[in-house]
Amino acid sequence: MPALIDLILTGKRVDNHFPWSRAVVTPKKWSFAVEQLAEGHWSLLGLWGEPGTVHMALLDEAAGDIGVVSLVCPDGRYPSVGRLHSPALRLERAAADLFGLLPQGAPDTRPWLDHGHWGVSYPLSARVRTSAATATPYHFLPVEGESLHQIPVGPVHAGIIEPGHFRFTASGETIVRLEERLGYTHKGIEGLMAGSDIDRAAKLAGRISGDSTVAYSLAFARAVEAALSVEAPPRAVWLRALMAELERLANHLGDIGAICNDAAFALMHAHCGVLRERVLRASDAAFGHRLMRDRIVPGGVATYLTDEGTTAVWSLVAEIRQRFPALVELYDNTASLQDRTVATGRLKVELARQYRAGGYVGRASGRDFDARRSLAYPPYDALTFNVPLLQEGDVNARVWIRIHEVEQSLSLVEQILRQLPGGPIRVDFAQRSGPHEGMALVEGFRGDILAWLRIGKSGLVERCHLRDPSWFQWPLLEAAIEGNIVADFPLCNKSFNCSYSGHDL
Amino acid sequence: MRKLLFESLIRPALTERPPLASNAAVDELARALDGAARKRLGRSLAIRAVDAGSCNGCELEMNALNNAFYDIERFGIRFVASPRHADVLLVTGPVTKNMREALKRTYDATPNPKWVVALGDCARDGGCFAGSYAVVCGVSEVVPVDLHIPGCPPPPIEILRGLLALLERVNSRAGVAQG
Repeated sequence: MPALIDLILTGKRVDNHFPWSRAVVTPKKWSFAVEQLAEGHWSLLGLWGEPGTVHMALLDEAAGDIGVVSLVCPDGRYPSVGRLHSPALRLERAAADLFGLLPQGAPDTRPWLDHGHWGVSYPLSARVRTSAATATPYHFLPVEGESLHQIPVGPVHAGIIEPGHFRFTASGETIVRLEERLGYTHKGIEGLMAGSDIDRAAKLAGRISGDSTVAYSLAFARAVEAALSVEAPPRAVWLRALMAELERLANHLGDIGAICNDAAFALMHAHCGVLRERVLRASDAAFGHRLMRDRIVPGGVATYLTDEGTTAVWSLVAEIRQRFPALVELYDNTASLQDRTVATGRLKVELARQYRAGGYVGRASGRDFDARRSLAYPPYDALTFNVPLLQEGDVNARVWIRIHEVEQSLSLVEQILRQLPGGPIRVDFAQRSGPHEGMALVEGFRGDILAWLRIGKSGLVERCHLRDPSWFQWPLLEAAIEGNIVADFPLCNKSFNCSYSGHDL
Repeated sequence: MRKLLFESLIRPALTERPPLASNAAVDELARALDGAARKRLGRSLAIRAVDAGSCNGCELEMNALNNAFYDIERFGIRFVASPRHADVLLVTGPVTKNMREALKRTYDATPNPKWVVALGDCARDGGCFAGSYAVVCGVSEVVPVDLHIPGCPPPPIEILRGLLALLERVNSRAGVAQG
């Protein structure tokens, strides 16, 4: 099996790209990388564009190495990755909409983020074109068969959730195919980031997905720090992990309750909702914001964490430790609830591997990856925790992964509070000459978030790309729902809990 | 399960005391509701949430209103599944161009009398997303807004204050009409 580093070495290495390497490769080498992806030797971390260039981040799990390969394509055409490796399809469609980059041989060239309302085409390319803001009809994939009917749902959904469109084709009660159409929350964040200073870009990064604001801020900050060779002070590093684990706790607790609620089991929802609220209040007491937004900044953190804050987090941990086991027991021993979650929405192990599904979606389907352990970025290299793993891949397994992760996060919070070093919480960083590029992979509650950016000579962000874990989870929901009944869709959807805003950017 | 249910009988309630209606919101509403329909709402308010491209932060805090601490239904405020059942549209996000039509159609599907509450900083004027090719910069660009609740995201108690102000205002108007 070829090592990723060998491919990088054959290309033209880009200076000042940290902490992993980037190389500009020939179309032939690009296609070679695509073959490696298709054969499952490497996995795809992300694919994004720039005017006249397409980038692809790769993970070589065997060697524990990450690298970026770039292909210069002045005419906008490049060999499609999605042709052989389907996880890249939607990323290619997004890059086509934003940059006018055309994947040659791609089986699906329908627009993805561009619904025809922007008034411009290829807004981030060098050749922005104004176009009439008229919606073009979107062609859903054809479905053939007897007695099939379609159920269109969204973009405005019945609950308090984000917008997206689901097109179900059902045979009676059974879903034959689900096709998603996303992009409704596309805000053009990457466009806003280009040319803005680091502070403003950091604010935008923290507003990509509200439930993962800590994880996004962390990914962005780490990418900036990698690019500029800055190290956040130890106390900041540990406080960041504390916030990340609090965010994970809040989301997992909320999800466990919400999944049960979608099976009409309101008691779990009520109790988990109380615990989630307690996490948010402790976060507010400790860091001054319930979601801890804008608390992680490039160079460190914005809040010191006082003694009162520490006490609030300690009592939170005690409260959850006291209340949560009874809820787990309730979940485990309620047959009517288990009847809904066991064997529902099963995601196959092979698909989870192919799509590199992150977070609980991947770990419930046998994919043993957690950026906190696999990349062991600080302070996780100094912390003890397990990464739970299950093979069943059903709604139940995704609930159990969350339950175990709640337990792990509680332990991590305790470890962090015990070892939290003192000292400054933020460093200033000087401007550096020449463009610098940095990237980071950070484990959010939903899975790994990739951040890649280039800081130009003037210290402004030239280009920043952030890839949500949902990019590789949304397509899997389509697969997992097949053969389930329509009424189980909310349950399956909630068990995936993919991000709309994080995906649409 | 029985143990948990029994426990809830003897444990003190978690529910917060009702907050006072937000003064700022009352002022804003005094302007907005002049001439609005005076049909009595029966001390209840049915809300349809519309995410018009938010980051999901506001939705999280909106969801929190249903938890035991805020228990929004005790005020007669509840979230409904269809705009056709709604008195209020609670709209979040800067309104992306891709969501403009859906928001407009949701508004049109809501029966009169209706009110629109814009929730969060970006719902006012696009916030930090203003200037993007993909957003229209605020809910009021698409539908008339009666009340704005600021914050990024506004904490649940602030949302509650704003909504209570709306409810009080609507009911006092209704009271006048009835009296």
